[in-house]
Amino acid sequence: MSIKHALQTIVADQLEQVRAVNRRYATPRLKTSPAVRWALLILRLYLLTLVGLLAYKFITILTH
Amino acid sequence: MNRVTRLYYLSRRWWKAVRLFMVIAGPGIVVMIADNDAGGITTYAATGAKYEYRLIWFLVILGPVAYYIQEMTVRLGAVTKRGHAEAIFDGFGPFWGWFSLLDLLLVDWLTLVTEFIGMTSALSIFGVPGWVTVVAVCLLMGFIVLNGRYWTWEKLAMAFCAVNLIYIPGAFLVHPDVSTILRHGLIPNFPGGFTGELFFYLMANIGTTIAPWMLFFQQSSVVDKGLKEKDIPWGKFDTFVGSIFTVLVAVFIVIVTGTVLYGREVTDAGEASRMLMESHHYAGVIMAIGLFDAGLLGAICISLASSWAFGEVFGWAHSLNNKITEAPWFYVSYFLALVSAGLVVLIPGAPLVLITLFVQVVAVTLLPAALVFLILLLNDKDTMGDRTNTLWDNIINGSIVAVIIALSTLYGISTLFPTLFG
Repeated sequence: MSIKHALQTIVADQLEQVRAVNRRYATPRLKTSPAVRWALLILRLYLLTLVGLLAYKFITILTH
Repeated sequence: MNRVTRLYYLSRRWWKAVRLFMVIAGPGIVVMIADNDAGGITTYAATGAKYEYRLIWFLVILGPVAYYIQEMTVRLGAVTKRGHAEAIFDGFGPFWGWFSLLDLLLVDWLTLVTEFIGMTSALSIFGVPGWVTVVAVCLLMGFIVLNGRYWTWEKLAMAFCAVNLIYIPGAFLVHPDVSTILRHGLIPNFPGGFTGELFFYLMANIGTTIAPWMLFFQQSSVVDKGLKEKDIPWGKFDTFVGSIFTVLVAVFIVIVTGTVLYGREVTDAGEASRMLMESHHYAGVIMAIGLFDAGLLGAICISLASSWAFGEVFGWAHSLNNKITEAPWFYVSYFLALVSAGLVVLIPGAPLVLITLFVQVVAVTLLPAALVFLILLLNDKDTMGDRTNTLWDNIINGSIVAVIIALSTLYGISTLFPTLFG
């Protein structure tokens, strides 16, 4: 078996494991009450803002 | 005679309780003392050197804060028998699950690098080359986890926790003025007014007291130890004892540097050790030993937090009770993180200062999510049953989480933009 083939097999195995995890947890068990929905929405906005700030900082470092 | 009999039975009852506590104690004490890791020691040393004893009151407040956050992981772990990573996947689906897992991996690895920076810096004081420290630490940590028993690992970790208390006798070597400590330290005050610099120090102290890896570590540790619902009160007590120790260590470090180095600029704990050695040789030696131990303890816990999380999610065997042949991926991920972080420190010209700053920023992306998930999971009556957060729990924990999120976010932003707060 060539190294390339072995690597392909390993990557394919890992991807299959990731897919298996996605399938296992596809349906969130926690009830999506309004409180949960709001909390998750705010979290998404919070993370987007942070990522935006990080990107801004990164660009500023590169351009100066 | 009657009094003697009563005393005898009382002492037997106490002894039984102490023995039971010794069996159950571990996750809380280990996580809390490991919280005073290499980065934490630097923060406390710098705080003492900058503000003498004046921020001790703030450290005392952080004890209950850490306790209230961590006790939730005890309940969640004991009831669900799941680690925090798996609980997030299960409760919120793959998007938030992968986000938390990959972010945890990054934060843990970067923090692990900072632990190695602390350990190599500490031992360099005694003339030990960096590569010797890295190799010795990797071998030691291999020995600690490869014995195939959680119990043995935990007791060894607790022995390292005991070494972390070395700062307490260390403080007596520098002969601090107790009345000044009580007068300046225990009354809430903001030395020099509420300046941007003071704000940065306060936020840094919060950042080092509540770290994302702690949530993941303690919950997985509770599960691996096999704590049951009936053990929750003892698990909480274990966490409470740990929170007292973590505050004590922090306070005594501030006392040491506040007494000897007040007014001098301290940028890392290794430098503080050298400065201490100029006037108080043994206090400096103790600071260096404590720094090495703190880094080691942090590394032990942080590398395990990642391995446990990956094992839970991928369904690999992931217990310290498994031998290496039974849980190969668990141990491979553990050593991979450890060795790669150690090697980074040995690269000449590696951007270690940048990594140290970057840890704080990346941690801010994970901490709020992990805390919000914790609160939401603790409110899930279907899973938690009688152990669901009460209204009072939610008021206390919700307020703490809101404040931590706000302050840690400002801390992350002030790290990115240092001139923002003046």
